[in-house]
Amino acid sequence: MTVQLDARPPVAPTAGQPRRSSGRLSRLDTRFSPYLFIAPFFLIFGVFGAYPLAYTFWVSLHDWDLLGTDHPFVGAENYTRLLADADFWHALVNTMGIFVISTVPQLLAALWLANLLNRGLRARTGWRMAVLVPNVTSTAAVAIVFGVLFGREFGMINWLLDLVGMDAIDWKSNRIASWVAISAMVDWRWTGYNALILLAAMQAIPRDLYEAAAIDGASRARQFWSVTVPLLKPTIIFCTIIATIGGLQLFTEPRMFNSGTNPIRGGPLRESQTLTMYMFENAFAPHYNFGYGSAVAWLLFALIAIVAAVNVLILRRLGGGAGPRKGATR
Amino acid sequence: MAVFPRRRLAAVALAATTALLVTAGCGGGDDAEADGPITLTVDVFGQFGYDQLYQEYMAAHPDVKIVERGTGSNLDEYSPKLTQWLAAGRGAGDIVAIEEGLLVEYKANPGNFVNLLDHGAADLKGNFLEWKWNAGLTPDGKQLIGLGTDVGGIAMCYRKDLFEKAGLPTERDAVSKLWPTWQDYIATGEKFVAAKTGASFLDAATNTFNTILLQTAGNTTGYSYYDTNGNVVVDSNPAVRQSWDTTMDIIDSGLSGKYGSWSEEWVSAFKQTKFATIACPAWMTGVIEQNSGPAAKGKWDIARVPGNGGNWGGSHLAVPKQSKHQAEAIELAKFLTSAKGQIGAFKAKGPLPSSPQALDDPAIAGSTNAYFSGAPVGAIFGTGAKSLKPVYMGPKNQAVRTEVENAVRTVELGQRSPTQGWTDAVTNAKKAAAK
Repeated sequence: MTVQLDARPPVAPTAGQPRRSSGRLSRLDTRFSPYLFIAPFFLIFGVFGAYPLAYTFWVSLHDWDLLGTDHPFVGAENYTRLLADADFWHALVNTMGIFVISTVPQLLAALWLANLLNRGLRARTGWRMAVLVPNVTSTAAVAIVFGVLFGREFGMINWLLDLVGMDAIDWKSNRIASWVAISAMVDWRWTGYNALILLAAMQAIPRDLYEAAAIDGASRARQFWSVTVPLLKPTIIFCTIIATIGGLQLFTEPRMFNSGTNPIRGGPLRESQTLTMYMFENAFAPHYNFGYGSAVAWLLFALIAIVAAVNVLILRRLGGGAGPRKGATR
Repeated sequence: MAVFPRRRLAAVALAATTALLVTAGCGGGDDAEADGPITLTVDVFGQFGYDQLYQEYMAAHPDVKIVERGTGSNLDEYSPKLTQWLAAGRGAGDIVAIEEGLLVEYKANPGNFVNLLDHGAADLKGNFLEWKWNAGLTPDGKQLIGLGTDVGGIAMCYRKDLFEKAGLPTERDAVSKLWPTWQDYIATGEKFVAAKTGASFLDAATNTFNTILLQTAGNTTGYSYYDTNGNVVVDSNPAVRQSWDTTMDIIDSGLSGKYGSWSEEWVSAFKQTKFATIACPAWMTGVIEQNSGPAAKGKWDIARVPGNGGNWGGSHLAVPKQSKHQAEAIELAKFLTSAKGQIGAFKAKGPLPSSPQALDDPAIAGSTNAYFSGAPVGAIFGTGAKSLKPVYMGPKNQAVRTEVENAVRTVELGQRSPTQGWTDAVTNAKKAAAK
């Protein structure tokens, strides 16, 4: 695409040539107007992206009471305190735990769903639309309904467990159980979305590869694992990165899952408090310590950057790799 | 030729960008010019019961229009919003309600509010219980931040049908005689549990703990988590320890239904008749009625609280400095907190007046509540109200209270032993206070 556009001769110089007086202006025009055209994005990004980022960093270097009028400069103190704060690390472990418990089954289920949808089903479009339905429901509504389903005494899940003779689980005050419950919410919402992305990638795989495999006597399962999955690797990695960003910023689901007084704690022992909730707890109610909250935000930013970098490394190593057309593309 | 459309496009792009920045930069213009009627916004949480009073006020002041925001929201949603509005310097209503537990926090930055003493409020001192008036003053006594609305005299609400099932007396005076002290309350609870009605004796240990603490502190030290010098005294205040121990006895006797207060499960437990008693500040009657629904009308009743008196909750009305109609807002706040205003609110939604004149008024003293089997709420809550002893609340009371109550909750749920729970309460409270 880009190559083609660049190859076309620029229009402006030829058009501007006859009139000398406007030559200079038109040269300025060709040189600067492209910047002007892309300016809106950068200006908006500057106002709503870069400026808050820098301002948050500035705030994180101060002892900043939200209501206070004095904000004394404290340097890196918020950060050193935060690194020694057990609740911060606890929230980090929660976030990573929920992330792993939700993402792994989610991608496996999405892969399986996509494979089903890729077959010659009746009413195929209907099914494909159907898997996306959970994604268009409001997160808060989903979280409230799941919060009720996972109730200790009046919840349907515990009722079902009781039917099969198992003990009721206190989903909200058992750390692992609360992670599982929140992961269930995330998966319910995002599995269909990932399935559609994987489906799109599956349909881009040339049919002749399957024909060749079938002629070689490969079974359907063998075809799936030896042809489909390797060719899907870049897409799977894309899905993983998207899930990482969402997972590390998880807020609404665990926040709404915990109801009652001070739900931002995520349970009496902070069983399901994620990093974003910890940030909110410090920056807003009940602490109103903006400086400390901003420090949490920046460490979260650093964490996402690290995880993203790891993802890129994995992508470099595996991405587009294992396919049979390796030599052709590079 | 090609140049001109392009240049025009560039100009359009530039104009669009500028327009966008300008709109983004100054969201929300000034409202209501001087001539038209002015709009006063009142920010509240829960149920203040002001609707009828607004109508009356607007009828007498045709140039004022009143809008209330936040009705029915809970305090955990309301107070962060209020703090953000104050910090941002815009967004807050012309009158804002401030709950007693958060008052000290807001008083720490009195510059956010109009000093009501500069607007003739000093004359109103006699209209309020003395401690309620004092709570609205800054420590140096020079600025009055808020005028008192209600106080939270405490009683014990109970389900008559469950008491009958358990073979306990159901008539309110007889029930009151069951529990002169908290130990008697626990003994009654043990009888109730032994009768196996399928319900618990009380809703959650945290609510009961807070009731016992506010009562004990009111009767002894006069402060709870913070002493009056602003030091955290969770581990050294005997009132806290004593309340903790009583609560541990309650948990130990298996009386609690463990429904985390204000959670969805708590609300369901009301509907499904899953507990028999709940500590009941005056404003709680409205909550019980809403949660239990019309089907439970006449099944609840109100008895005396074990121990002696106590106050939980109650609010003030303040006028933020950012208000554009301060004079009018102050007038309205004075009206709403007058004896007449407080009686109107009590009749509508049950918050107990903080004005001695209102408490003495026959409209309050003689009032009954049909939902609670015609209980004489005016007499039950009103009698103790004038002798209520205030409890001092420190600068980060809300954060510290959260930590201690969560420690109670972990013991209640069996996640911690009482000893571990106490250690958690003390360490976490100190940590929260230092943040």
